[in-house]
Amino acid sequence: MDFSFTEEQQMIRDTAEAFLAEVSSSEAVRAAMVTEQGYDDAVWQRITSEMYWQAIHIPEEYGGMGLGYIELAAMLEQMGRYLLCSPFYATVCLASNALLVAGSEEQKAEYLTKICEGKLTATLAYTGANGQWDANAVELLASKEGEAYQLNGTLRYVPDGHTADLLIVAARTPGSEGEQGISLFAIPADTAGIDRQWSPTMDQTRKQAEIHFNQVSVADMALMGEEGNAWPELAKIIQLATVAVAAEQMGGAQQILDATVAYTKERVQFGRPVAGFQAVKHQAADMMLKAEVSRSAVYYAACVAEEALHGGDLADQLAEAASVAKAYCSDAYFQNTATAIQLHGGVGFTWEYDVHLYFKRAKSSEIFLGNGAYHREKVAQLILD
Amino acid sequence: MQLSFSPEDEKFRAEVAAWLQGNLNGEFEQLKFRGGPGDEHMFPEERLKWEQKLAEGGWTCVGWPKENGGRGCSIEQQVIFFEEYARAGAPGRVGHIGEGLAGPTIIAFGSEQQKQKYLPGIVSGTELWCQGYSEPSAGSDLANVKTKARFDEAKGKWIINGQKVWTSLAHESDYVFVIARTDPDSLAHKGLGFFLMKMDQPGIEVRGIEQITGTSEFNEVFFDDAECEADDIVGAPGEGWKVAMGLLGFERGVSTLGQQMQFQNELDEIIKLAKDNGAARDPVIRQRIADAHIGLKIMRYNSMRMLSGGDGGSLQKEALIYKLYWSTWHRDLGELAMDVLGPEAEMLESGPYQLTRLQSMYLFVRSDTIYGGTNEIQRNIIAERGLGMPKEPRVKL
Ligand SMILES: Cc1cc2nc3c(=O)[nH]c(=O)nc-3n(C[C@H](O)[C@H](O)[C@H](O)COP(=O)(O)OP(=O)(O)OC[C@H]3O[C@@H](n4cnc5c(N)ncnc54)[C@H](O)[C@@H]3O)c2cc1C
Repeated sequence: MDFSFTEEQQMIRDTAEAFLAEVSSSEAVRAAMVTEQGYDDAVWQRITSEMYWQAIHIPEEYGGMGLGYIELAAMLEQMGRYLLCSPFYATVCLASNALLVAGSEEQKAEYLTKICEGKLTATLAYTGANGQWDANAVELLASKEGEAYQLNGTLRYVPDGHTADLLIVAARTPGSEGEQGISLFAIPADTAGIDRQWSPTMDQTRKQAEIHFNQVSVADMALMGEEGNAWPELAKIIQLATVAVAAEQMGGAQQILDATVAYTKERVQFGRPVAGFQAVKHQAADMMLKAEVSRSAVYYAACVAEEALHGGDLADQLAEAASVAKAYCSDAYFQNTATAIQLHGGVGFTWEYDVHLYFKRAKSSEIFLGNGAYHREKVAQLILD
Repeated sequence: MQLSFSPEDEKFRAEVAAWLQGNLNGEFEQLKFRGGPGDEHMFPEERLKWEQKLAEGGWTCVGWPKENGGRGCSIEQQVIFFEEYARAGAPGRVGHIGEGLAGPTIIAFGSEQQKQKYLPGIVSGTELWCQGYSEPSAGSDLANVKTKARFDEAKGKWIINGQKVWTSLAHESDYVFVIARTDPDSLAHKGLGFFLMKMDQPGIEVRGIEQITGTSEFNEVFFDDAECEADDIVGAPGEGWKVAMGLLGFERGVSTLGQQMQFQNELDEIIKLAKDNGAARDPVIRQRIADAHIGLKIMRYNSMRMLSGGDGGSLQKEALIYKLYWSTWHRDLGELAMDVLGPEAEMLESGPYQLTRLQSMYLFVRSDTIYGGTNEIQRNIIAERGLGMPKEPRVKL
């Protein structure tokens, strides 16, 4: 047993940090977040060609680096810290994972290779408008018509859904309910009948879209896994994605702590830095506790996710570890950013200071894939029912 | 990162489990799940015998080096030992202050002679220790101790005068380690000495203090010309603070993993209750039970990080927050237990004031956020050491 970073993992984290400090400064984030696309092509270009991050946990046979989920989590932590605006999360943590879990050999060979080459962005679209995050979220309908499927309906809250080149879509057989009747498809976003609209959001650093499917016809080659029986795969994809959000949340919870401590050491009132007031120190201490505990939860969940993808004794703990991490980190990130506003005083309430960017990201990432209460209920089902 | 245990370690786990299964029965059966927090006054003699049974099997001081009489277990094996120990429901250890605090301090700072004299009694489970730190005017401000130590040349001994308070298990202990002022004019952490003293002597008087539970686990200890052998000061006079602080470092060792197993036993009992009485269907209770489960899971991961030595030997922030984290978690668990019980929460085991196990737990956990550095002191330390925020001002009155 050794629950600390290897030297290589440490290096990946440090490299990510140095790069993001350069390309994801406050100015860069603010410039990207006001665009509809939501990211700077030049930065994404550098990430995919210089850093090769999009390939990190993809097996070498598809052109990936063949590293693991722990390395991915180490990078996501830094992306969360720097509020990186990019299609990375949607492409790698949603779509690549979906392909790894449910893609056919041909789909993996085609799409994962293109993703690794930096030629393709992608996302996962499974939620309708009912506000659920589990199987009930799937509302899009897929009817079999000969050798093809016809897809109809609306998807909402899709990360980077308006810009992604490839959509991994969950749909259900008409008349099916819950975990039954769910199928997954890999569909190029420019397929006829797909209409995509950017949904402007309160957190501007992470873009969402609404996608309408109007009699979209897809060939059965697009099907991922078994028709009508894809819930176990989709559940696993969602769990892997959940671990990834938690890693970003943990990074954000740490960053806002650092920023707050730095600010309170500078700000002088009553003749001394406000950092010296015990009421301030104690709130900062609670923030550090939340950041550290989040870190422990995320590292563990990342180890489990790694085994869930590549085999190991811990594989069957994925559902629980993901919910444990997401429940804790969602609340921790939100609370740390809320405390950060308070400890900054008036400037914490301004557009000029970055605190609000974190406060808003904390809320959007708390909501995405289910908030603390949602994941606690999932844990409750595991231990009480 | 590597989370699983090696095959040799798993073999060790089986060995521990088998030994416990083979020995925690017969006369010891009644000790199962006893002697934990709030229950420490129960079965003192039987638990002392159990301590010696453990010693026979070589299961005391498992983390100590072999040359000091320990088992020389690796960190992983210690983790496994404490986990299996708690899983089996083996009783609270009466020897924990000697094994966890006094012994490691003597090993780290003591003379060869002190090691010879004191370690064997701890290893064999025959000699019990207590911790004489707190005083009426030295609680959180531990450096404010007023107990005095003066060397009597004629007797060739240290003479100790003063009073300690909240001394856990002093009434059952053979020895006490005491911090006292060797330089009467000194202030704060300067001029202190660290003394190893025999409890059974005319100059020491122990008076029990009745606790919130109606039982007495801690005591007042009065020193009236009590004697300490010249050789029984650890380190030099004036170095007592350094030794005392070194000891506090041992307080959050591997045994925390065992403590978590015991927390797990408590949580399991609460879950079972909730299923039986229907509380498990209440959405608010479901959230709180899940929250407790999540909190305990992460507590374990956090300890694993602590024990893995942190990232690159830097300050271990995960260790710095640990006491505040677990004490708060445990306190909340006590409240959850009562809320799951509903009106039954009030019902005693029997009169006049025999508490149930969960009632004892509920009451006792209020002390978890006080002893070993209160939550407020923990937050000061986290802010100052972990975040580099300004130190609390010290005021001279
Ligand atoms: C069950 C139990 C067992 C114990 N066993 C032992 C034992 O075996 N040996 C031993 O030596 N001691 C023991 N103690 C004593 C324990 O270590 C002290 O109670 C503890 O250090 C707090 O000191 P105090 O009780 O004097 O509280 P005080 O220090 O008087 O604290 C009162 C309140 O003031 C707050 N406070 C104090 N200073 C500050 C500050 N600087 N900033 C903010 N808030 C502050 C505290 O957090 C607390 O809320 C035990 C205590 C308990 C409850």
